[in-house]
Amino acid sequence: MASISLKDLVKTYGDVEVLHHVEGEIQDGELIVIVGPSGCGKSTLLRMVAGLETVTSGEISIGDKVVNKLEPADRDIAMVFQNYALYPHMSVRENMAYGLKIRKISKDEIDRRVKEAAEILEIGAYLDRKPRQLSGGQRQRVAMGRAIVRNPQVFLFDEPLSNLDAKLRVQMRLEIRKLQQRLGVTSIYVTHDQVEAMTLGDRLMVLNGGYVEQFGTPIELYDRPATVFVAGFIGSPSMNFLPATAQDGTVALGNGAVLAGGAQASGQITLGVRPEHLVQDDAGAIRIIVQMVEQLGANTLVHGVLEDSETEFVASVPGHVTAEAGTLMSFSAAAEDLHVFDVTSGKRIEA
Amino acid sequence: MVENRRILGIMSHLVLILGVIMVALPIWITFVASTHDAVRMTQAPIPMLPGTHFFENFKQTLFGAGLSGSEGAPVWRMLLNSMAMALMIAFGKIAISLLSAFAIVYFKFPFRMGFFWMIFITLMLPVEVRILPTFEVVANLGMLNSYWGLSIPLIASATATFMLRQVFLTIPDEMLESARIDGAGPLRFFWDILIPLSRTNIAALFVILFIYGWNQYLWPLLITTDTDMTTIVMSIKQMLEAAEQSPQWNIIMMTALLAMIPPVFVVVGMQRLFVQGLTETDK
Repeated sequence: MASISLKDLVKTYGDVEVLHHVEGEIQDGELIVIVGPSGCGKSTLLRMVAGLETVTSGEISIGDKVVNKLEPADRDIAMVFQNYALYPHMSVRENMAYGLKIRKISKDEIDRRVKEAAEILEIGAYLDRKPRQLSGGQRQRVAMGRAIVRNPQVFLFDEPLSNLDAKLRVQMRLEIRKLQQRLGVTSIYVTHDQVEAMTLGDRLMVLNGGYVEQFGTPIELYDRPATVFVAGFIGSPSMNFLPATAQDGTVALGNGAVLAGGAQASGQITLGVRPEHLVQDDAGAIRIIVQMVEQLGANTLVHGVLEDSETEFVASVPGHVTAEAGTLMSFSAAAEDLHVFDVTSGKRIEA
Repeated sequence: MVENRRILGIMSHLVLILGVIMVALPIWITFVASTHDAVRMTQAPIPMLPGTHFFENFKQTLFGAGLSGSEGAPVWRMLLNSMAMALMIAFGKIAISLLSAFAIVYFKFPFRMGFFWMIFITLMLPVEVRILPTFEVVANLGMLNSYWGLSIPLIASATATFMLRQVFLTIPDEMLESARIDGAGPLRFFWDILIPLSRTNIAALFVILFIYGWNQYLWPLLITTDTDMTTIVMSIKQMLEAAEQSPQWNIIMMTALLAMIPPVFVVVGMQRLFVQGLTETDK
């Protein structure tokens, strides 16, 4: 068991810097999810921790040991790959035992550990099969088993569920979470799926273009997103953003509507409001022209544009509310549900 | 392409049967010739049905001096020589190509691609092109009339290196990464992961290279002067021009027949792996 600390990490490929001064402290036993759109550097960061990519500058420590120069095998980590990377010519048992065999652990001990891991993951029945005889979910379990038998200080997951179908993904997500809590092993989990990130992580590190946008608990990210990017990335459907002007504790929208909120800001701002925080209110200041309605059962999504502007807008209203295209709907939002961001930097301005 | 017309069926069978006859007829004649005595084979027309001298010819060819009146080595000795040469070439080529492909694909070193293209360019230099300098080198090394001389100059192989490189490139990087995390060093990875994963391709290569080695003619002809080192393929030609007598077709054909057997066994025996190795894409 160990904590992980990332200090001022930089990674460049040739002249291109892909990770910019990443900082982060990961506590013992925590599950951290690194999330971001594709190409944001999240896998690169994970692979640097694994030792599969070199560190250009900065420091990675696992426990109290700086591991920058250590081979992956000497870092006391285990990794689960996106495509599982099971050795196709070895049985499940051999796959799980391979790393232990190389470490010259006694045969009895290997057998014991493989059996134990197989029991935890319920793959005991497949131990003598080859990976190609297994389904996707079973392969996923074997890949996890291979990580568990090593008894490492750190688990690294590189989008392990992205090859599974939706239903299995939800199930495996829960299992990974339970397993990680039971074993108490510090883990880093990379995904591009924000729902997976929110449900799995103790804390989330949101990466965008090689920068850490925000590092915090899921609810912090939802309630108080630090940047426009995080605000738009976390939550589904995404937050609405409107150009607005703030003055003396009120916010004026482009079309003249005025809302209460945004106390500390003044001048041009970007106003963010989540679709689910909009309340239908005939006296509300936010008036939109409905273009399309999606009925999802539990709730209904109303898509439209803000009155007298081109700004697209989505509101989430209770399931049986109906609206016709072309009609006008009015909404209001509580002052604490308004997020105010600086126009140029995209940074949050605290209310 | 699934046309089910009767005429078409008959036509395609005719074409196929014709093809089989064209391929099989010479082999049949070879077999027939090996079952008659020497005298019958000089009379026209040549026989088309097997005679009664098969075992006689077989014995004389395999264990006797071969052609009567010549001082050639017995054919079993030639078979042994050919076998040794073909096996050394096949195994040598595979071993060297495995190592060079491994180096080229998995290691970063200066001029890596340069080396790869240098190997590749030797495709343009088969043994026939470089035969004199190669002969000079082999002669200076004192390897004339030896198995080493027969096989070593033919071992370097761009084709096999290239093919194995392609095979290694299809193995996902995660295999290597996963092995690194498991703590496998380069050689461990090579033995435990890479070789088992390219097993079928190696088998396919073995078949091709064994036959390549077995069929060598010019090179053995050049560097072996000792009759004990004669290979079977070159001996067939030599028998035709042996010492001022009319060719003893029965013995020559029996030798040809014997020369065919080992490659046939290799191909038939490794057929399944061979086909898998050439067609399999799943890694």
